[in-house]
Amino acid sequence: MPEALDLSSFVTRQGAVAHMELAVEGVACAGCIRKIENGLREVPGVIDARLNFTNRRLSVNWQDGVLDAGEVMRSLERIGYRAYPFEPARCESDEARNARWLLQCLAVAGFAAMNIMLLSVSVWSGAGADRSQDLRDFFHWISALIALPAAFYAGQPFFRSALRALGAKRLNMDVPISLGVLLALGMSLVETANHAEHAYFDSAVMLLFFLLCGRYLDLAMRRKTRAVAGNLAALKSELAHRFGDNQELVTVPVAALRPGDRLLVRAGERVPADGVVMSGRSEIDESLVTGETACRAVMAGATIYAGTLNHSGALSMQVTAAGAGTLMDEIERLLANALTVRSRHLRLADRAARIYAPLVHATAALTLAGWLLLGASLHDAMITAIAVLIITCPCAIALAVPAVQVVASGALFRAGVILSAGDAIERLGEIDTVVFDKTGTLTLPEPRVDNAADVDPAMLEAAAQLALSSRHPLAAAVARQARNQTPFEGAIEEPGRGVRAVVDGHEARLGSPAFCGSEGVVSDPETSVIAFAHKGRFALLSIRQQLRPDAKEVITALAARGHRIVILSGDRRGAVAPIARALGAADWFAGLTPIEKIAFIDQLKAQGRRVLMVGDGLNDAPSLAAAHVSLSPISATELTQAQADGVFLGERLTPVLQAVTIALRARRLMYQNLWLAGIYNAIAVPVAIAGLATPLIAALAMSGSSLLVTLNALRARGRLIGTAHQASAREAMSAA
Amino acid sequence: MNVLVYLVPMALALGLTGLAAFLWSIRARQYDDLEGAALRVLSDDDIEPP
Repeated sequence: MPEALDLSSFVTRQGAVAHMELAVEGVACAGCIRKIENGLREVPGVIDARLNFTNRRLSVNWQDGVLDAGEVMRSLERIGYRAYPFEPARCESDEARNARWLLQCLAVAGFAAMNIMLLSVSVWSGAGADRSQDLRDFFHWISALIALPAAFYAGQPFFRSALRALGAKRLNMDVPISLGVLLALGMSLVETANHAEHAYFDSAVMLLFFLLCGRYLDLAMRRKTRAVAGNLAALKSELAHRFGDNQELVTVPVAALRPGDRLLVRAGERVPADGVVMSGRSEIDESLVTGETACRAVMAGATIYAGTLNHSGALSMQVTAAGAGTLMDEIERLLANALTVRSRHLRLADRAARIYAPLVHATAALTLAGWLLLGASLHDAMITAIAVLIITCPCAIALAVPAVQVVASGALFRAGVILSAGDAIERLGEIDTVVFDKTGTLTLPEPRVDNAADVDPAMLEAAAQLALSSRHPLAAAVARQARNQTPFEGAIEEPGRGVRAVVDGHEARLGSPAFCGSEGVVSDPETSVIAFAHKGRFALLSIRQQLRPDAKEVITALAARGHRIVILSGDRRGAVAPIARALGAADWFAGLTPIEKIAFIDQLKAQGRRVLMVGDGLNDAPSLAAAHVSLSPISATELTQAQADGVFLGERLTPVLQAVTIALRARRLMYQNLWLAGIYNAIAVPVAIAGLATPLIAALAMSGSSLLVTLNALRARGRLIGTAHQASAREAMSAA
Repeated sequence: MNVLVYLVPMALALGLTGLAAFLWSIRARQYDDLEGAALRVLSDDDIEPP
């Protein structure tokens, strides 16, 4: 039965033109751009299609009424690409506007710095020094003409942030920056009016230029990771089957569901929203929510949660908002608590600012006092003090951290880890304890055939190919073994029993042991059994949760680094014990409720430990929020991912190890850069205090130190990416 | 040195033209898809085959 696809919630209309944004899968090369854009433009009704290759998003305009959103998606599918409607988050468009504004400030600062430098270099090389000072004054006045408007425009990001910080009675890096820039401009103006030799217009503007570079890099990195995370969320978004007014089924994106909607959940599908079962009977796999691997039987009146898997029968359900006393309600309450308690991590740069800003201001004040005591005029003492402020302006410090962050997030990106919080790299570099959830985190999100090695390969392949025709989750596990992805023709599924088809002239059956004419022996509650019969031969396939292929190596490697490893699971003891034993983890706890998990993490925090929490279940969400830093696999529920500082891709656990390795190196690099900036100050400040800092020296010192920290970050780029791979390979070998 | 009277304004005007062009290119969203721009230039389907 073909169902209508309702995507109206993603379409925006302007007059007769409808518009939709889509995240596109599988865009890899220049050819794809042309194929998608030209292919769509040929569809009657489409006005324009433009693919943004950087963030893999397609924006389509079409004539409303001629075409609908579903047809646009089907056209894309015919061209060969899967696309998912996408609702750009509000913060994303805010950040895009912010990035454009920063780029404009950067352009203005760059233009002004270059032009003023042209004039300054002439003055330094002796223009106007010979007969009269008219020419030098002329150059200084032109510099002022360029510098003043440019600095007031391009300095806005810093001035605003400094005012905000002062309003909140705090000091941040922008306070000394703004003070330095404004004083430098003011002093230069007064000096120019007095026909003096030195003006610092070039220093003030160049400072802004370097600082804006750092700001822009920081923002560009955050935007990129956010765009990728947004795409992943869109690609993952699932569809729900909703009953319309006349009981007809309409397919809608999950994001468009409202409380009160009535839905059909077929066997093998995920429950799209929290709700109450109206009719039907089935078993629900709640491993993604509670960590419990055994299924729960449900019937009319039972509450079911989004993200759980419907095993055996079709259910009709009604969507509810989170009601009081439900698991969901409990988790949201815990989450709110965890977020208020979460001690706000002070960014490394801000911590440096707290020490740095008062130190700089005190040094300038002491310089002023010192020169006055030594008998210098107030004017000279002021000039020297302001020169100290200019030369200590934390140009290099402001670049030291963002430059490393950009390099490190690039390396993390390659390792398959996407961080959503900018300071997560810093926090990840500080951890000493790693807490893992079991189900879906240490184990693969979907169960696998456990005894594949004991079954005749031909039988297994036939079973897997037959399983392709069934929607049952156990059959899906068998189907993952299929090398040939074409299902058998004429396969018939008997709901609740199994699937059969005629293969090579004989009937083949896959399903419950009774369906295949045998008795299954279930010895272990962890294992489900599915039987296969063909040509009088018979095979029992046991299906169970399996460890991620590299889980043991990763755990061993993390433990070898001195991290304490803990497994916290909501599953039964019997299910957790063998996994902990296989991984060699001594610290494990089973049957924990979300409250107990969070209590355990709080206890670790009270001992002064910094915890990395890795988890995927809904029951992990509060503990993810409470931990120092958190990661979740891409298969996790949406709410859980929203709480984690980052997600990792793929079915291997190695990205977690790589993320820790890269973050550790990045943190070391940040400290190195901050030290470099500090050493620069230690050399430059005495020169300035002695009154020897001419504008030429200030310009050289500032650009020199900024370049130094940037190059130091870039130097580590290759190593950061390379060592992450090498480290994991080496540790995997030594563990084997 | 009288040459400076018109050379300096000219230099400034040229610089401002460059700045204006850059600001225009930001407003025209030419920096929104840098990777795409690098690939689009390779596409030659706008040229009629001889």
